[in-house]
Amino acid sequence: MSHRESEDTGSSKASGLLAPGDVLRQWWADLDRMAKWMVGVVLFGLLALLPIFTPAFLDTPGISFGGTMAAFVMIAIIAIGLNVVVGQAGLLDLGYVGFYAVGAYTVALLTSPTSPWNQVGADGFLSKDWAWLACVPLAMAVTALAGLILGIPTLRLRGDYLAIVTLGFGEIIRLLADNLADITNGSRGLDRIAYPRLLENEQRPNGVFSNGNASGDMNYGTWWFWLGLGLMIVILLLVGNLERSRVGRAWVAIREDEDAAEVMGVNTFKFKLWAFVIGAGIGGLSGALYAGQVQYVAPTNFNIINSMLFLVAVVLGGQGNKLGVIFGAFIIVYLPNRLLGVHFLGVNLGDLKYLFFGLALVVLMIFRPQGLFPVRQQLLAYGKSARNLLRTADDEKAAA
Amino acid sequence: MIHECVDQFACQAANINFNVDGLLNGFWQLTIDGLSWGAIYALVAVGYTLVFGVLRLINFAHSEIFMLGMFGAYFCLDFILGFSPSGNAYNKGIGLTVVYLAIAMIFAMLVSGSAALGLEAVAYRPLRRRNARPLTFLITAIGMSFVLQEFVHFILPHIIKGYGGSNAQQPIILVQPKTQFTIFGASVSNVTIVIVIAATVLAVLTDIAINRTKFGRGIRAVAQDSTTATLMGVSRERIIMTTFLIGGVLAGAAALLYMLKVPQGIIYSGGFLLGIKAFSAAVLGGIGNLRGALLGGLLLGIMENYGQAVFGTQWRDVVAFVLLVLVLLIRPTGILGESLGKARA
Repeated sequence: MSHRESEDTGSSKASGLLAPGDVLRQWWADLDRMAKWMVGVVLFGLLALLPIFTPAFLDTPGISFGGTMAAFVMIAIIAIGLNVVVGQAGLLDLGYVGFYAVGAYTVALLTSPTSPWNQVGADGFLSKDWAWLACVPLAMAVTALAGLILGIPTLRLRGDYLAIVTLGFGEIIRLLADNLADITNGSRGLDRIAYPRLLENEQRPNGVFSNGNASGDMNYGTWWFWLGLGLMIVILLLVGNLERSRVGRAWVAIREDEDAAEVMGVNTFKFKLWAFVIGAGIGGLSGALYAGQVQYVAPTNFNIINSMLFLVAVVLGGQGNKLGVIFGAFIIVYLPNRLLGVHFLGVNLGDLKYLFFGLALVVLMIFRPQGLFPVRQQLLAYGKSARNLLRTADDEKAAA
Repeated sequence: MIHECVDQFACQAANINFNVDGLLNGFWQLTIDGLSWGAIYALVAVGYTLVFGVLRLINFAHSEIFMLGMFGAYFCLDFILGFSPSGNAYNKGIGLTVVYLAIAMIFAMLVSGSAALGLEAVAYRPLRRRNARPLTFLITAIGMSFVLQEFVHFILPHIIKGYGGSNAQQPIILVQPKTQFTIFGASVSNVTIVIVIAATVLAVLTDIAINRTKFGRGIRAVAQDSTTATLMGVSRERIIMTTFLIGGVLAGAAALLYMLKVPQGIIYSGGFLLGIKAFSAAVLGGIGNLRGALLGGLLLGIMENYGQAVFGTQWRDVVAFVLLVLVLLIRPTGILGESLGKARA
C-alpha cells in the first residue's frame, strides 16, 4: 500500500509528500507544540459550541441535537477504546458491549435505589451530590478487571476464535444482567441512577445534568455532551501517548505479525492483555456516562448488535486511526437520528440503520478495507524516522 | 461492606439453582429432548464446518441463511400449500403430513441454498479475488448478517404482505406434539421422531456425499491443499460454491425442523442465537470436521438440556456459551480434532 503511494508521489516531485492526506499530516507535523495545542483547543471548542449554534443543515429535526451529540461522545469514547483493541493490537473483539454493560451496571448497582447494593442514601457511603463522579473511576476499575478476567484465558486464541469467544462473553454478560433478577432487577432494569448535581436552582431543581432539564439548546444532553467531550479529550491524550510509547509499538508489531513480534522479543501475551484491559476500562467509562445520562439501565440496551455497531464505527473510520474512529462514531450516531422520521417509499429510513451499516461494511471491506481514514500503518511500524528518510530522499532526487 | 456483599450474594444466589435431582429424575427425558435439539444444531453446524474446512472462514452470516430458510418454509406452508396460521394443529393423517413436510423442506432448502450461493457470490468472492485478510472476511460476514436480518425486518413486509417485520410470524402448527411411545420412562413425541429421522437421513447423505462422491473428494482435496487441488484439475471456485450450497441446503432443512419444534420462533432475529450455538457445536466436535459437527451438535443439544435442568431454564443459553468458551480454552481442536482435509479418503 505505502509502497505504491510512494511511487505515485515520487514522480510528483518537490512536494516530497507520500499521499494527498499527507498535506494535512505535514502541516500538522510542522506546527510547534504550542500551536498544536492552540489548534486543538480551537477545534474542540468549535465542536463544543455546536449544540448551541447548530447549523441548520446539521440539526436533527426529530430529536434533541444535544442528546444526539451526547450519544455521539459516548460512542466516540467506546470507539477509541475499541480502536485500542481492534485497530492497534489487531484483536477482533465482538463482545465489547459487555464492557459497556459492566461499566453501566457498576454505576447502576451502586447508586440506584432499586438495587440491593445501593450506597446512596442514609446508610450508604456515597453522598447524593458526588455519587456519580465517585462511581466513574470505580466503574473503570471494575471493567478493567473484567477485561483482565476475560483476557487471561482467551487471549491465547487467535483471530476468528477470539472473535467468537468475546461474542459469547458479551452475550453472557447480558444474560447475567437479565437472569440475576434479585440483584439487577432483571429485564425491568435499574432506574433513578445518580448523576452529577450541578448548578441547581429554582428552574432546574436537580441541576443541569438531570433529565428534567430537557428544553432549549442547553438541555441535559448538551451538558452531558460537554462532560463527555472533556473526558474524551483526556482519553485521546492518554491513548495518543500510549500509541507513541513502547506499548504502542508493541501493539503495532503484534497486529502486523504476531509471530515475528514474538521472535523479536515482544511479550505478545502481556501486551495483548494490556490492550484488552485498557480497552475495557475505556468501555467502562462510556458505560458510566451512559448510565448517568439515561439514569436507567436494562439488559436490552446491551444487546450484542450494539457490539457490531461499535465495530462498524471503528471499521468505518479506519482501524487504528483514533480521529478517524471518532468520525465513524459520529456517522453511526448522527445518521440514524438525522433520518428519524424521514420516509421513503413507506419505509422509515431511521429504522434502516443496521441495513445501511451492514451494506456499508460489505462495500467498504471489498473496496476500501482500511476504512475511510486509514492510518499510515506500515509507516507507523517503521516510525517517524523512516518517513523522514523517505521524504529527504525524495527531496534530494528533486534537487538533483 | 465486603461481608455485607457476601451475605447478600449468598441470599440472592437463589437466581441460580443447583438441582442435581432434577437432572437425575428427568435424565432420559432430557436426553431425548436434547437429541432433537442436537439434531437441528448438527445440521446447521455442518454449514459452518464445511465452509471453515475449505476457506478457513467463519461464515458468520450462516445463521441468517438458516433464518431465511425458516421464512422460506413458512412461505411455502402458508402461501403455496395454503395452511393459514391457526391455534390448532392440522390433522391430515400421517401420509399427507409427511408429504407436506417434505415439500416445505425442499422449498426451505431451495431458499437457503440459493441464499448461501448468493451470499458467497456477493460478499466473499470479491474478497477472495483481492486476497483479503481473515478479519476482513469476518467483518464482511457481520455486515451481510445485518443486511439479511434487516431485509427481513423492514424490507420484506413491503414486498410480501404479512411476512417479516418486527414480530414473529403467527405459528402454523402442522404436527401436534403427541407422545408416541415411552422409553426408559421418557416420552417420545412425534415431533422428536420426525426431527431425528429427517436429520439422520440428511446427515448420512451428507456424509456419503463428502466421503464417497467425486465432488466430495474435490471438497476434501481443496480443504487439504487448495493450490495442489487446483493443479490436479479441481475447480476451486466450483468446489467453494458446492460447499456453500450444501451448508445452505442443510440449514434450510434444519429450519423446517426447527419450525416443527418451535412454531412461534419464526422471527427476523431468530437465527442469531441458534447460529452461535451451531457454531459452538461445530467447534465442540472439531471445526472443519464433518462428523465432528454432527457429533458436536448432538452433544451440545444434550448438554444444554442437562445444564438447563441443573441451573434453571433461564441459564440454558449461558450453558451453551460457557461450553463454547471452555472447549476453545481446553481443546481448541474439538473432540474429533481432525480437519476435513485430513480425514481418511
